[in-house]
Amino acid sequence: MKATDYLRRLGHFVTDRLWRLGFASRFLLMTVLYSGTALKRFQLTIREIYFTGVLSLIIILVSGLFVGMVLGLQGYDTLQRYGSSEALGILVALSLVRELGPVVAALLFASRAGSAITAEIGLMKATEQLSAMEMMAVNPIARVVAPRFWAGVISMPLLAALFSAMGVFGGYLVGVQLIGVDEGSFWSQMQAAVDFRQDVLNGVIKSVVFGALVSWIAVFEGYDAEPTAEGVSGATTRTVVTSSLAILAADFVLTAFMFRGV
Amino acid sequence: MKNGIAPDVIIRAALMDTSPAHPDPLVEIRDLNFAYDRRPVLTGINMTIPRGKVVAIMGLSGCGKTTTLRLIGGQLKPTSGTVRVAGKLVHELDDEGLYALRRRMGMLFQFGALFTDMSVYDNVAFPLREHTALPEELIHDLVLMKLNAVGLRGAHHLMPSELSGGMARRVALARAIALDPLLIMYDEPFAGLDPISLSIVGELIRKLNDALGISSIVVTHDVQESLKIVDYVYFMAAGQVVAEGTAEDIRCAEEPFVHQFIWGEPDGPVNFHYPARPYGDELMEQPTKPRPWWT
Repeated sequence: MKATDYLRRLGHFVTDRLWRLGFASRFLLMTVLYSGTALKRFQLTIREIYFTGVLSLIIILVSGLFVGMVLGLQGYDTLQRYGSSEALGILVALSLVRELGPVVAALLFASRAGSAITAEIGLMKATEQLSAMEMMAVNPIARVVAPRFWAGVISMPLLAALFSAMGVFGGYLVGVQLIGVDEGSFWSQMQAAVDFRQDVLNGVIKSVVFGALVSWIAVFEGYDAEPTAEGVSGATTRTVVTSSLAILAADFVLTAFMFRGV
Repeated sequence: MKNGIAPDVIIRAALMDTSPAHPDPLVEIRDLNFAYDRRPVLTGINMTIPRGKVVAIMGLSGCGKTTTLRLIGGQLKPTSGTVRVAGKLVHELDDEGLYALRRRMGMLFQFGALFTDMSVYDNVAFPLREHTALPEELIHDLVLMKLNAVGLRGAHHLMPSELSGGMARRVALARAIALDPLLIMYDEPFAGLDPISLSIVGELIRKLNDALGISSIVVTHDVQESLKIVDYVYFMAAGQVVAEGTAEDIRCAEEPFVHQFIWGEPDGPVNFHYPARPYGDELMEQPTKPRPWWT
């Protein structure tokens, strides 16, 4: 193959991706514009919060507990080398609230809820349910897409908060109950070091951004899926892969802006 | 507002006039051309769907029948030509106008397209809840009336996964007539049905059309069942109308393609064999395609 062929393929690949990004952005704009139904008939959004948020609780809580327990073990191992094992509470809380809570909860959310949203919308398209809705003069973006999008945006910060809370509890179980770090130091140092605006609020902002990213990618991939079995399976895979990469990239950008002066 | 009457009410009144005496046809397609990207799908289509009649569009798979339905429903825009429904040019309507027109149309999809997360009852209630502010008691009565019309009142509590193919299509038909439409479009309503379900669906199409005073367009390749119930037939091949007439005209048609289609002959203008090089030449050649490594 000639060098010009490679160049042409590269150009085609880039323009194709750019076109798709533009299409996805337009789709997001339409979702926001047609959100009136999802907000006015809020029960539609609440139903989706149940499917995306409440049904993700088990995986989020169990994962949070184990991540916190591992943090307790690893943190103690490192801190005790410098004689500061009492600072374990700070390490566990800051790691979870600033980074691991929003990021790991979002990755789990993308795998559990994002993939389910894509598969559901993709199958609705494949079985002509979306076309049927259009022919009944009901806008599928307003009735199907927008409630799922907002449910993700609302659920994500709540799930991240629960993940962090369970993580802190896991760190406490391992650090205080199992290893024997002083309980008073664990909690009081944590309370003194964690700043609400700098740490907690920034973590919440991150999780809202991740929630919007995952929900956007999930609904778009579902709506844009080829209406075949392979098309829906490919869209579901793309949702998990793209969401995960988007979460990690957005995390870097947000962290760079939020904590640059610290 | 004219004479104190809202424009929407005037439009609705015009749309509601389904009397056969109404001079204009309900659907009028003139010189319609349509292409996906640059691939022509429909060429020079002319069709007229009179009020109160059942009209079939027949032809081989992929000849453009469903595309024609989608153009009538405004889901696609023609490359050139016009589609007029109840006097309105469908492709010139804005979103609001198109949705107002669609509220007066029902469409039955090939496999029903029922919402799988809702029961039969909720599926039929869906358009009523979306487009009206009727109290739930009245919606209950309307849903049972529509389900009774298709013989499935007793199945209102079932989920779509619990229905047979024929039942699913009857529920979809009840949903399509929920808002008392002016026009119902059927996309392959007989596909994959057993003989009993097939004749039930066929009879329902005719009876509902006459009882409700609506018009129906049936896209199908089930010749015998559809010729029993339709008033007029358009035959399509390769994106063009190749024959048209009443059921009797079509049965007696001498046009070779129509004759082959109606009598289900394996060979004729539509060949049994896909175009290929001479048989002998191909057998004498060494295979050029290697066996796939995974087989």
